[in-house]
Amino acid sequence: MSEMALEVRNIVKRFPGVLANDHVNFSLRKGEVHALLGENGAGKTTLMNIIYGLYHPDEGDIFVDGQKVTIDSPHDAIRLGIGMVHQHFMLVPVFTVAENLILGAEPTKGWSLDLAAARKAVRRLSEQYGLEVDPDAVVEDLPVGVQQRVEILKALYREAKVLVLDEPTAVLTPQEVEELFVIMRQLTERGVSIIFITHKLKEVLAIADHITVMRRGKVVGTTTPAETSEQGLAAMMVGREVVLQVEKAPAQPADVVLEVRDLHVEDERGLLAVDGVNLEVRAGEILGVAGVQGNGQTELVEAITGLRHIRGGKVLLGGQAVPPRAPRFLIEHGMGHIPEDRQKHGLVLSYTIADNLVLCTYYKPPFAKGMQRNQAAVVENARRLVEQFDVRTPSIFTTAGSLSGGNQQKVIVAREFSRPLKLLVANQPTRGLDVGSIEYIHKRIIQMRDQGAAVLLVSAELDEIMSLADRIAVMYHGKIVAVLEAGKATRTELGLLMAGSQAAQPEAVQA
Amino acid sequence: MSTQAHKTSPWEAVTRFGRSIAVPLGAVVLALVIGAIIIQASGASAWKAYEALARGAFGNAHGWQRTLEKTTPLIFSGLAVAFAFKAGLFNIGAQGQLLFGAITAAWVGFAVHGMPPGIHAAVALTAGAVAGGLYGALPGALKTYTGAHEVITTIMLNYIAMGFTDYLANGPLKDTTPGNIVARTPQILESARLPTWGWLPFGFLLAIVASAFAWWLLQRTTLGFEIRTVGQNPHAARYAGMKVARTIILTMVISALFAGIGGAVETQGVVGRYEPGFNANLGFDGITVALLGKTDPFGVIPAALLLGAMRAGSNQMQFKAHVAQEITDVVQALMLFFVAADMIVRWLLRMRAAEEGEKITLSTGWGSH
Repeated sequence: MSEMALEVRNIVKRFPGVLANDHVNFSLRKGEVHALLGENGAGKTTLMNIIYGLYHPDEGDIFVDGQKVTIDSPHDAIRLGIGMVHQHFMLVPVFTVAENLILGAEPTKGWSLDLAAARKAVRRLSEQYGLEVDPDAVVEDLPVGVQQRVEILKALYREAKVLVLDEPTAVLTPQEVEELFVIMRQLTERGVSIIFITHKLKEVLAIADHITVMRRGKVVGTTTPAETSEQGLAAMMVGREVVLQVEKAPAQPADVVLEVRDLHVEDERGLLAVDGVNLEVRAGEILGVAGVQGNGQTELVEAITGLRHIRGGKVLLGGQAVPPRAPRFLIEHGMGHIPEDRQKHGLVLSYTIADNLVLCTYYKPPFAKGMQRNQAAVVENARRLVEQFDVRTPSIFTTAGSLSGGNQQKVIVAREFSRPLKLLVANQPTRGLDVGSIEYIHKRIIQMRDQGAAVLLVSAELDEIMSLADRIAVMYHGKIVAVLEAGKATRTELGLLMAGSQAAQPEAVQA
Repeated sequence: MSTQAHKTSPWEAVTRFGRSIAVPLGAVVLALVIGAIIIQASGASAWKAYEALARGAFGNAHGWQRTLEKTTPLIFSGLAVAFAFKAGLFNIGAQGQLLFGAITAAWVGFAVHGMPPGIHAAVALTAGAVAGGLYGALPGALKTYTGAHEVITTIMLNYIAMGFTDYLANGPLKDTTPGNIVARTPQILESARLPTWGWLPFGFLLAIVASAFAWWLLQRTTLGFEIRTVGQNPHAARYAGMKVARTIILTMVISALFAGIGGAVETQGVVGRYEPGFNANLGFDGITVALLGKTDPFGVIPAALLLGAMRAGSNQMQFKAHVAQEITDVVQALMLFFVAADMIVRWLLRMRAAEEGEKITLSTGWGSH
């Protein structure tokens, strides 16, 4: 028996042109929570994929429970007791908890599924690890936090002794995060060891026993919460001192730029996702929309930016009614949009950076003369913006798909900010980004505000809303349930509003 | 494919080009090898058969002319399929569009009298192109306004086109020369004929120009940028304010225009009238050509040439090596198979899986627009 649940020694993984893991050492003690921290592209995901058998290391060894092992596939990983909870859940929404649990390892009775055994297994595991879940609940009806528990149960059902949690808190409310931490503690008390991947420094300090920080494929160091601080961790991740607190002057709100009146919008299933929202954003201020993901923010933003059909109500830009589903009208009237899903809406991944930088303006001079595109102007524009917005890329002809998330986001920001903007709509502008990129994009957004643009910021990250917004609107179940002055709002208050506990408050507040 | 000239070393450019044609080339070789095995197994000599095939296609000026004549409509139908591909559309309807182009050109060619030679030919060509293009607008509009998938609608429209052109050739437009019992239109007038200079058919030059035009349109114009963006990521296209519906319809029209010209060129340059049998499968073969040519406007030229040569030489092969002409169809089918199942070729060549951008997506999902 070894004291180490999992150990990797001198792992090297090369990709064409990149050293993704450069002699990485990492040890996970039994029964501990070990946080793995690092910017995007630091090599965390590569390392986890090696441990889970998705990649094969070029050099180095893996030890499970003191034994040297080779892991060629997720099957091997599962057999060795390694379980993975992905950021995006791998659940079948229309199946029950029990059905999801046994998927891929179905207990059978003769030719038929033995669902009774599955149900029993859910109850047994729930009890054993203190995870409350109803085995007969249909997954799509469950809150995100509970779905995550199902994922964890799935790993435990496959007898995982080592659990890898990939950015597990990204989709949770502050309260749900607390609950997850309780569960993590219960699991470690029962002998499960957890690798906790995240970029949120507060959480690392709150839950981890050890913290390993990676930067550019290398382990920078391993520390404990007692020995370090947020500042210290951020500096380790980025390799320099980082300003965590956004510095900004008080807002100087001027005329109303964006006005949303009694807006009703449906989601894909035809259900009312935005239910009578009223909003006003003035020039020179940032209105933050806080809320747990899936409360209508996506639909609200898509309706405002012309990407989604509006069922009722009005959107006015600079006092002028916006025609339905007309992104180009909005773009030409001074709207910039940082979309929620940068790979779906924001970029054409197979295009070069240069082409992506003119995605919204390709048809206008100097980028086009009549019908002909002007390559020279496109190239010149790309060179200037890549430099100005510090996009790290080998060339402006590199495809957007081969950039890291942070650099992809910088390309979008560069493109949107390169036009004169009256209104900036930013939805989850820093999701999944590293500390350095977040700091940079926050600075740019505030700069935009100070230049007199109205900013509508939607984010599920409470910290982001609280540090950037001048006013905060809380969205719950398609409605704006409250609008608060940013300076006066507390975390607890916002957390409760986001969870709907004061949903009985006056409906459809004027924001 | 990116729009800019990459600033890469010549060697890099060569290896990139080599990688991009490795799969189609491997597929061709593999198909020829299997074809040889089949010929050998049937008791004939594969070497002799292929030699006769090559001689028949390229052995003399007459062979060249026949090869280029067979190649020309395939370039056009290949272009039609490849062009639509760039917008993420799978135009199976090149056949129907080509038929309308062919019969319309024939009609203008025999029914309109008194035009000077060059002008008459140009008018007939244009009419063929427009007829094909309009027929292509139909599936485009159906897709954007009703969500009907273009694969289904173009297949159905092919049947309608076949039936309707058959009816025309057997009814209102039938050749009424005494003694004629075949379903065909009258001969087009000499003034509507496309010339052949020595062994070089005019239509072939037109096909090369069309390829260059398609490339220019896709890579150098704002419309091409819109088409490619819609093909690569329709969500981003909408986000960027592009009119996705309009782009889809326009792409289908341009794609079908190519097919229509292909039909017209066949009528005016080779057949001299509309006669159903002569156009059979030219549109469908465009799918093979487009895939073999990696859906690149210039790539379809060698792909079409290969198929055209096999068609042109197969006669000689049958005559000299006593191998049934149909073997060329088998080889062609095998090529398509290996291009589509490219993992087989990649495995043989020990190549990595396709990279983003190198990949050809056969069709976007059902109702994804």
